[in-house]
Amino acid sequence: MSATSDFSSHPAARALINRHRLRWWEPLPWLLALAFYFIFPRYLGFGTEVLITVLFAISLDLALGYAGIVTLGHAAFFGAGAYTVGMLADNGIWTEPVTGLLISAAVAAAIGFLSGLVLLRTTGLTLLMLTLCTMGLLEEAANLGHDWTGGFDGLPSLNVPPLFGLFEFNPLFPKTQYLYVLGVLLVCFVFVRTLVYSPFGQSLTGIRENTLRMHAVGAPVRWRLILCYTLSAALAGVAGGIWAQANAYVNLTTLGLDRAATVLIILVLGGYGRLYGSWVGAVAYMALAHFLSQIYPTAWQLGLGLLLVAIALFARGGILGIGDALLARFARKKPS
Amino acid sequence: MSSIIEFANLLLGGLAAGMVLFIVSVGLSVTMGLMGFVNLAHGGFAMIGGYIIVLTMTQLGLPFVVALIVGFVVTAAISIVLERLLYSRLYRAPELDQVLFTIGLVFVMIATVTLLVGPESLPLTLPSWMQGQVNLGFMRYRTYSIVLIVAGVIIMLGLWLGFERTRMGAQIRAAVDNRRMAESLGININRLFTLVFAFGSGMAALGGGLGAEFLGLDPQYPLKYLVYFLIAVAVGGLGRITGVFYASLIIGVLDFALKLYIPKGGTLFIYALTILLLLWRPQGLFGKST
Repeated sequence: MSATSDFSSHPAARALINRHRLRWWEPLPWLLALAFYFIFPRYLGFGTEVLITVLFAISLDLALGYAGIVTLGHAAFFGAGAYTVGMLADNGIWTEPVTGLLISAAVAAAIGFLSGLVLLRTTGLTLLMLTLCTMGLLEEAANLGHDWTGGFDGLPSLNVPPLFGLFEFNPLFPKTQYLYVLGVLLVCFVFVRTLVYSPFGQSLTGIRENTLRMHAVGAPVRWRLILCYTLSAALAGVAGGIWAQANAYVNLTTLGLDRAATVLIILVLGGYGRLYGSWVGAVAYMALAHFLSQIYPTAWQLGLGLLLVAIALFARGGILGIGDALLARFARKKPS
Repeated sequence: MSSIIEFANLLLGGLAAGMVLFIVSVGLSVTMGLMGFVNLAHGGFAMIGGYIIVLTMTQLGLPFVVALIVGFVVTAAISIVLERLLYSRLYRAPELDQVLFTIGLVFVMIATVTLLVGPESLPLTLPSWMQGQVNLGFMRYRTYSIVLIVAGVIIMLGLWLGFERTRMGAQIRAAVDNRRMAESLGININRLFTLVFAFGSGMAALGGGLGAEFLGLDPQYPLKYLVYFLIAVAVGGLGRITGVFYASLIIGVLDFALKLYIPKGGTLFIYALTILLLLWRPQGLFGKST
């Protein structure tokens, strides 16, 4: 009895026990997102786009930040989700939004599972290449399958019926979209948060840090990675599906290297492997991109490039990492 | 007879494209094999080289061949500076940092070129003796394609000799196979890498200039052809000069043939074939299994 209480009072044990508990600042992004709805009703379209990007970045965070799968082809799943919603709606097969997202998730998960089965056997450059090629394959397929996917032009003006039969989707005044996306994001976020603090999430971090050791302790490394990749793909599929619903169209940009690179940049900018990095990164990147890239596209690209170089060289934890380092320095100075 | 001519057409066109792919990618293959560095900015050096070559010709009025040498030297010099200042800090860094760093570098390169030269595509005017067609005996063919094939073969032979017959080549091969062992034997890997990196970037510049005629030259070049360079390297096997050579030729001919017969779905097959091939041999067609 005394032995257990000894262990649990140890600082390391306490850190492990309290790790998954809610911290005081964790409701903050949600409150801010809600406040945005009331304060900036004219920017809700932009806000919706940001929230979708947060969701997409969180899906990448699960694969890249927690399991350490370096992928350049995550837009494959975003696009798969978007085209699922688009093609179902275009052919009049299925248009109900919420179940549509579930179908998107299932399709993206299936693609993630199948591609993960084969490409997660490799590492390094080969893995990077295979993720790129998988995405390229889907992009070309979407480009070629003109009769189903609309080819280069995509599928414009999809029919999206009212949410729960009550709330109209309106592209010009996207109140419904914003709250709908926020709700879906909350569900997905709680799912990912629970997952990464579970023993399963713990083993993913173990695989990222030392694959050999995880093999040695008998963890089924390959299946854990495949499962993680499938879940991550499913979440990216939801993000893609909801993007298609909110914009009421689908096109090839959902599948391109541009989108895959952007989400990677956003995640790293915010800080990967820390859940809230996606929030910080998406807000910072999209706000900057929204105001700068239209007016000074070249300078924007130059600045973005320099920023990436600087992050890779000096600030691997991204914005949140810098914040942590500043806090630590502040805390250290305070007592003296 | 006509089918032979058609086949020769296909083969020569594909080989010419493959040679350019080889000249650009060979440096990437060696640097990746040597340091395991994921350098996505390699195409950027090809673009910079191409711009330097075309601008040397149009602004300074130098002939094409001299411009190629200028492009090689200047790009190699730029790459030495970048390698010493930036790349060298990330050799032992995780792959993700290398990916981010080189993507950032590509953006910087694209923006710099756009600011200095402009966003539109830069045309390359070949010297008059490379234009037109040449009589091959049984058919006539574009002179420039023949020039590219001959240049590619000469470069390949030169590289092969340098790789197999010189002390430096032996050091590079030793370092690719086992870096630690090579270091223990007293080979200065860092200096070796700087030299290889500069040489590889210079080759990329050469490829950028030689290929500008049919690949075009615009600020988006490094991203547009990135996948092709990576496929050539991954299929050929890291650090294998002959591997990249054969892989580039195969990709060149395949791409040319597919674009001719199935103009829309060609790229799809290249991706699918690459995936299948890398599943069968993750180390590439000509790479050594570990």
